[in-house]
Amino acid sequence: MPEVLKAPLAVEFPFTRSLGPVQSAFLTGLRERVLLGVRTTDGRVLVPPVEYDPVTAEEIRDLVHVATTGTVTTWAWNHEPRRGQPLDTPFAWVLVRLDGADTALLHALDAPGPDAVHTGMRVRVRWAGERSGAITDIACFEPCDGEDTVITVHVGEFEEPVTGIVAPARLDYTYSPGRAQSAYIHALAERRTVGERCPSCRKVYVPPRGACPTCGVATTEQVEVGPRGTVTTFCIVNIKAKNLDIEVPYVYAHIALDGAGLALHGRIGGIPYDQVRMGLRVEPVWTQGARYPDHYRPTGEPDAEYDIYKELL
Amino acid sequence: MTRDIALVAFAQTDHRRSSDELSEVEMLMPVLHEVLEQTGLKTADIGFTCSGSSDYLAGRAFSFTLALDGVGAWPPISESHVEMDGAWALYEAWTKLLTGDADTALVYAYGKSSPGSVRDVLTRQLDPYYLAPLWPDSVALAALQAQALIDAGDTDERALAAVAARSRADASANSHAQLARPVPQGDYLVQPLRTGDCPPIGDGAAAVVLAAGERARDLCERPAWIRGIDHRIEAHGLGVRDLTDSPSTRLAAQKAGAFERPVDTAELHAPFTSQEIVLRGALRLDDTVRVNPSGGALAANPIMAAGLIRVGEAAAAIHRGDSDRALAHATSGPCLQQNLVAVLEGDPR
Repeated sequence: MPEVLKAPLAVEFPFTRSLGPVQSAFLTGLRERVLLGVRTTDGRVLVPPVEYDPVTAEEIRDLVHVATTGTVTTWAWNHEPRRGQPLDTPFAWVLVRLDGADTALLHALDAPGPDAVHTGMRVRVRWAGERSGAITDIACFEPCDGEDTVITVHVGEFEEPVTGIVAPARLDYTYSPGRAQSAYIHALAERRTVGERCPSCRKVYVPPRGACPTCGVATTEQVEVGPRGTVTTFCIVNIKAKNLDIEVPYVYAHIALDGAGLALHGRIGGIPYDQVRMGLRVEPVWTQGARYPDHYRPTGEPDAEYDIYKELL
Repeated sequence: MTRDIALVAFAQTDHRRSSDELSEVEMLMPVLHEVLEQTGLKTADIGFTCSGSSDYLAGRAFSFTLALDGVGAWPPISESHVEMDGAWALYEAWTKLLTGDADTALVYAYGKSSPGSVRDVLTRQLDPYYLAPLWPDSVALAALQAQALIDAGDTDERALAAVAARSRADASANSHAQLARPVPQGDYLVQPLRTGDCPPIGDGAAAVVLAAGERARDLCERPAWIRGIDHRIEAHGLGVRDLTDSPSTRLAAQKAGAFERPVDTAELHAPFTSQEIVLRGALRLDDTVRVNPSGGALAANPIMAAGLIRVGEAAAAIHRGDSDRALAHATSGPCLQQNLVAVLEGDPR
């Protein structure tokens, strides 16, 4: 069995999210070094604030100013900070109930070691140098020797409120396509196209995925198909894709390689776009160093009869 | 309740740290075939199919559609998917059978954690405004819960180590388990949790078949009748919740009828030792109940399948005659945020 392929795969996306009125006030407040909570109808103050009461689901909008000092309600010592976490030196994760609040906020506590941390200890906010209206505007918490900040009344109105956040996220994977697709890709490197035959319905799948989706059984028998094939259906593309170096219009087609039980897709070249037709016989054109055919061109053979490929449309 | 519905077959893969050579569908197919074989059913006989998995584990959009290849979806089948543990797919299938729209259901779930870093992946299920930007990983959040339990006097590190040791010892009778022998408690991963308090990271899949009424008796010698299932959720804000308790589990158990009569066996989805302490309290389980004789999630924790496996293990104990009334629990989200409880019974002997 040839080696199963592996490649790094990074999934990265800048999630752009809009904020509701309470979240907007809270995150704008962080930018201005003001901590806000929200008061529920029964008088509890939630920090971080939410727009709906987690108990009654009632809409809540009554903003309350809370202190930048608070008490640790639980903690966990993080020996090895991971990418994206608030500090890159060992720190404690903490839930902190800020003075004036009834619920706790999750963040990091900068402390010399686990022996310096305990539930009930007093901490205060350390602000980030540059603040933009995000939870990371709190750089972390730090131990505090007891003095409380003065809480003032605040209506939660700011100039230029933050109305959205961009939360970049990246996850790293090592992708492996598994046995069947690895074999397909290995064969393509030798300019051969290999499918797999279903032991039950005898259909040859190209590219193979290791299972017959019709019968739900494993496919194992490898079958070389092509290189020639038949256009089963096609469309004419008139819109130029960004960063794609292909002149429009061009033809994108389903091609049933000889011996294959279903069509794969590819671009048709070497023939004017308006002369491509169902039944056209084509063959792959490889460019130097390519890992798959660049396009398919007419072979010059007579067109295939409709009955031959009608099941493969 | 209009119809009796039972779990009549259960299969799971061997759970392994890595299964590079297999695509998801290649990993899944053998367990699908196994449950069908146990019942003698063919895909075409199945009234409803439902699966649970996560694109974030695979790193690809709509990854579950490829796994469907293993089911055999032609002629067209009635199918659904939950982006959650398969226990919730089972819940959907159960309600479908209750409506009378189908008499049999195939439920499956799978997770390949090996391509990515599961601790990082799970941060993406957190609140995106206040939590996810800080990347608190699943072990860290569980450790906050463990410390809260220690502070409350509900447990200590020695008791947690005992949970770990018992689970892995029990798993020695489970040929599918990833950790089936004593594992050193090891160093702190995130204090107060040590390596031994945490589940192994692994790849695996599971499938079950449900059937209604007489169909269940035809398909299985001793069906595991589902007497009740319920699932409940708590606030996503960790600082709003009392992490030492699990009111959602207690309420789900109550609604599922778990407190009406004692159970003899409980399969709890507690990936961290500390979570077993919370769940035992919420479910009022005393020492007369066998907890996780399979080894539980501390012995094998394929994400998205581990909860369904708890229901499957509980049912298999009834099929074998090892249990007459069993409780199964599945969880999802940080620090036991969402919880599902099912009560299963065998016919009286």
